[in-house]
Amino acid sequence: MSESFEAGLARCVTSWCDGATGIAGASRLSGGASQETWSFDIVHPDGNIGAILRRAPAGYGAAPERAAGLDAEAVLMQRAHAAGIPSPPVLHVLQPAEELGTGFIMGRIAGETIPRKILRDGIFAAVRPKLARQLGGVLCKIHRLDPAGLPQLRRMNPATEIAELTRDYQGMDWPRPVFDLALRWLRDNDPGPSPDVTLVHGDFRHGNLIIGADGVRAVLDWELAHFGDPMEDLGWICVNSWRFGAIDKPVGGFGTREDLFAGYEAEGGRVDAARVMYWEVMGTLRWGMMCCGMMQRFRTGDRSMERAMIGRRASETEIDLLRLLAPRGITRAGGR
Amino acid sequence: MQDEPTPVELLTAVAAFLRDDIAPQLTGASAFKLRVGINALDLVVRQLTLAQASDAAEHERLSALLAQDGSLLDLNRKLAEAIASGTVDLATPGLAEHLWQTTMDKLAVDQPNYASYRREMEREKSS
Repeated sequence: MSESFEAGLARCVTSWCDGATGIAGASRLSGGASQETWSFDIVHPDGNIGAILRRAPAGYGAAPERAAGLDAEAVLMQRAHAAGIPSPPVLHVLQPAEELGTGFIMGRIAGETIPRKILRDGIFAAVRPKLARQLGGVLCKIHRLDPAGLPQLRRMNPATEIAELTRDYQGMDWPRPVFDLALRWLRDNDPGPSPDVTLVHGDFRHGNLIIGADGVRAVLDWELAHFGDPMEDLGWICVNSWRFGAIDKPVGGFGTREDLFAGYEAEGGRVDAARVMYWEVMGTLRWGMMCCGMMQRFRTGDRSMERAMIGRRASETEIDLLRLLAPRGITRAGGR
Repeated sequence: MQDEPTPVELLTAVAAFLRDDIAPQLTGASAFKLRVGINALDLVVRQLTLAQASDAAEHERLSALLAQDGSLLDLNRKLAEAIASGTVDLATPGLAEHLWQTTMDKLAVDQPNYASYRREMEREKSS
């Protein structure tokens, strides 16, 4: 990309990385206008160091409402790493004087994030049956992080989540009776605020987990982290949208709820299966709303074909909501 | 009256050309984007083929369920409001069947390969 960006990044890296002489191979991985992810190598006489930059360019400071912010993400990853949670080391937090925007640089972890490869490639065959249990353990460690060392984050419970989803849905101004059914069910079945309020990762699923032949190597993308019901993370990873076709394996298309829960409890956590199921319904609706949000961004000027097509995936969550709330082939006693 | 070939025939021909002749020449991000584009063309073909009949059936069900007439969009708004307010729920005769049929018709256009949809299609065939 622009030479000035790479030159600025090289100047930044050589200022804090002892012995580094520059950077090489910078390439943009993904992200929208407000957030970028770059992969590059730190050139070092002892051998190059693989690195990842996550940044919001200057002028894109305003984070979406749900986002924790990149500074908070950096702190969360540092705390996670220190607590033995699989996590890349944070190498540097960007400073205003470096004029690279806000964000941070972390070590690059080798492994796979593409769901279809994790679910189908031979090199993951041996680890697949173990992943759900491993991830349960990782989630328990995340939920046990001491809030005292964590950044300011939003505090959520079912009622606040329902209120946001309702407002977002009304903002779309496009009727989706199945979403109304789900919102109504969520209101009628609200279990109330959780007795335990912990750090919640908020987006613990395929794409944000680096998997190797040996299992989970890193938890990424703490953008949606908040305080709330720890069962939310367990429900979210069971949402059908993350099963990528393997719909009979609720955890990411590779594992069972029983294994996920066993891993969680082996680390000393306590699982409330009814709350997990409640959050799975909430999560299914949330992903549906996120699909609709893509459609809105497309309409309001983004024009990306990919976003437009993700908008057409909201109906996938509608069928999944019906399978959860009004399953066919089951006689409902009393008509409900 | 517009002449032939039909929009479906034109789109199908364009999608086939992109899939068979262009896609193999591309790699990386362009190949990915082209695949998304071909998927979009296929979706439009399915919608042009299926939506008229499914919309008509949906309209008929909604009119019966709500005991009133109106545009498809208006009736959907009214059903959404009725579900939100609780005046209609899964105990209401015909609601579950209507939501299921409408959703199945959407998936037939949007994502007929979605595993939940395929599973529900098998259920319909076997019952």
